Amino acid sequence: MEMIAILGSQGLWEAVLRIATPLIFGTLGALLCERAGVLNLGIEGIMAFGALIGWLAVFNGTGLWTGLLVAALSGAVFGLLHAVLTVPLGLSQHVTGLGITLFASSLAYFIFRLSVPLAASPPTVRPFQPVELGLIGDIPFLGPVLSSQTAPTYLAFAIALVLMYVLFRTPLGLAIRMTGENPHAAEAQGVNPVRVRFACIMVGSAMMAMGGAFLTLSAFNSFFPTMIQGRGWVCIALVVFASWRPGWALTGALLFALVDAYQLRLQSVLEDSIPYQLFLMAPYIAAIAVLAVTARRARVPQALMKPYRRGER
Amino acid sequence: MSQTVALRLSGITRRFGETLANDDISLSLERGEVLALLGENGAGKTTLMSILFGHYSADAGTVEIEGRKLRPGNPRAAIKAGIGMVHQHFSLAENLTVLENVMTGTERLWLPRSRTAAARRKLLDLAERFGLRVEPDRRLGDLSVGEQQRVEILKALYNDARILILDEPTAVLTPPEARQLYQILRGMARKGLSLIFISHKLHEVMEAADRVVVLRRGRVVAERRPAQTSKDELAELMVGRRITRPVRAQATPGEMVIEARNVSVRRRDAIGLRDVSFTLRAGETLGIVGVSGNGQSALGQVMSGVLAPSAGELIILGRRITRADVPAQVRAGVGRIAEDRNHEGVVGELTLWENVTLERIGLRRFSRFGVIDRGAARAWTQEVIDAFDVRGGGPDHRTQLLSGGNVQKLILGRNLLAMPRVLIAAQPTRGLDEGAIAAIHSRLLEARAAGTAVLLISEDLDEVINLADRICAIVSGQLSPEIRAEDADARRLGLMMAGDWGMEGAQNAV
Repeated sequence: MEMIAILGSQGLWEAVLRIATPLIFGTLGALLCERAGVLNLGIEGIMAFGALIGWLAVFNGTGLWTGLLVAALSGAVFGLLHAVLTVPLGLSQHVTGLGITLFASSLAYFIFRLSVPLAASPPTVRPFQPVELGLIGDIPFLGPVLSSQTAPTYLAFAIALVLMYVLFRTPLGLAIRMTGENPHAAEAQGVNPVRVRFACIMVGSAMMAMGGAFLTLSAFNSFFPTMIQGRGWVCIALVVFASWRPGWALTGALLFALVDAYQLRLQSVLEDSIPYQLFLMAPYIAAIAVLAVTARRARVPQALMKPYRRGER
Repeated sequence: MSQTVALRLSGITRRFGETLANDDISLSLERGEVLALLGENGAGKTTLMSILFGHYSADAGTVEIEGRKLRPGNPRAAIKAGIGMVHQHFSLAENLTVLENVMTGTERLWLPRSRTAAARRKLLDLAERFGLRVEPDRRLGDLSVGEQQRVEILKALYNDARILILDEPTAVLTPPEARQLYQILRGMARKGLSLIFISHKLHEVMEAADRVVVLRRGRVVAERRPAQTSKDELAELMVGRRITRPVRAQATPGEMVIEARNVSVRRRDAIGLRDVSFTLRAGETLGIVGVSGNGQSALGQVMSGVLAPSAGELIILGRRITRADVPAQVRAGVGRIAEDRNHEGVVGELTLWENVTLERIGLRRFSRFGVIDRGAARAWTQEVIDAFDVRGGGPDHRTQLLSGGNVQKLILGRNLLAMPRVLIAAQPTRGLDEGAIAAIHSRLLEARAAGTAVLLISEDLDEVINLADRICAIVSGQLSPEIRAEDADARRLGLMMAGDWGMEGAQNAV
């Protein structure tokens, strides 16, 4: 009985939106890269670095939005690195991405250690505060759930809508999709696939880093090295689940967050009968199960992971 | 005068390293004309068209469009000047719609919204005007190859092309589809477009062109009007010597080697086989014609042991085939020419001797206790090279250095020198030039005369008519009733390939 009651609790749905936000940022970022034909496994590290650098900026006195911007820029820089290695040099996108993940997470930890002295409890910043919604806040149930969210969560939803519009309603979006499907055809029609890929990887990586920064600037208020906890990998899976569609990416992130938030609450209800580690596994098992069903019908961008070289077919 | 010349190439020369791909080529294209550029593989046709379209720039020479010089080496400039290119391998994206494929790159990139409605109207107008029916919102990957080609042509027209270049446009089409394409092309010419199509097929040049320019080894060797020439003359001009494809002699078939009764093969991602029945005897050739993608791959693979039949009874050389077992097929004496020679036939990175001996490397001849006897392997490879006139490398060269024709001779050699009792030949001459085709054909006929049963799967109707004793068409994984080669002609086979199996109807239909 209590298991169902949880679903009706306000706290659960507040948590869902909070947990989903970094996943939305990350998934949309990865989706944009892949729509242009490049897999970006640097996501896990880029999120970690974004989490650190955004937090560090705020810790050193900048505003929260500036911190988020700094994180985005750092993401774009790692994106540039990934783009240089995978687009003109045509290196393996798997290896490059994993390399960037290792590099960026280690660098994040290194910078953290250099700039913050060892302490029993890590230093904190004052994070984003919930947005006042006025009348909307008075709507029963939905009002309080929304009122507890911070501005970056709304930004994530807005980015999803913008990305949907850009990809499917503008010439730029068509150029991006054509580049991910057949860069040779794009080139023959006067689109420069190299430029498109650079731009998408950089913007996508910036989104990933903002997802990381959300953790240190909104969900929590301090940085610790293990805080990404595989969220980047979940995003990569969500892109496939979403069949490379931003709307589905949003839905997927929310579903995953729901399972995660639910299992957290279930733990406290059932902790005597079932070991909590099993609950921790639940969202990931759910993700794999869903992938097993959906991935087969997914329409993969045809040029994904294929380096583009002019004049070669 | 200059008004009617749409395009003029003067003195185009292009060198790749040692080879002169284009040697001082000059030609002109009139407005409203269909010009065929005829030549073998490697004659320089594609290089010439790539220069014209700006993919390469020429070392010397100029391109003039409607009297104005074209900036070399720039596809954008070529598109703007009104040149449209229809590539042999389409430049399209399967996951996008027809309209999206056509629209890509036609609008300013930063426009806040695509003008889809206007684009759709323009596309439908063009489709109407030139008789190229399309549905703008279909996903491209769901269209047939012929329809995809229409989209490719429309894409060029959408960019306001006045000069259209088509690179081997019928390579992927069925004969009826090809005929329809010629009609469309002729109609486009009547409406004032100028067209060049590249081809190495004589009959289509004769049928579709106003004028034929023959290229050989990078030079223009002749120019003819179809009415004033013949296929034989064009063939000779193209190859530089007289080449005649050999034709089978009468023979008496021997014992039964393949019996297929209601064989089905299920495949998830492609057409399989449905209830296929046929027999094949020693010293006999059964030809299977069909438009590519109708189950030929499945047929070739189940006969070679790559796939297992999912239903029905298949007996090859007295053995019932129930599971996929390639080595067993090879041991039993089944030779195989795989459909895609570069992916299934040879491993390009390996040497010739490795490729020649790979499927028999376990034999005592080539290895002892798991160690390869390289001397024996090389000697055998040299034998194949000598006997089958493989040019371009010795046993220790990497196989990818060979041309397509020589790779095919190598594959044929490694099979035939082992005296197979059955030979599964899937598309044995696809993409080869006339000289190589003639060589392969004589080998296949020799094998047949020596008692090998040949299953010939091919899209080349002349090839099948010349080599096979009996012919079936394969359509959607099913075999048509068979006819004797004596009764076959291109039109009848074309109808069979289109699924019209009413054999009397074939006589009257267009």
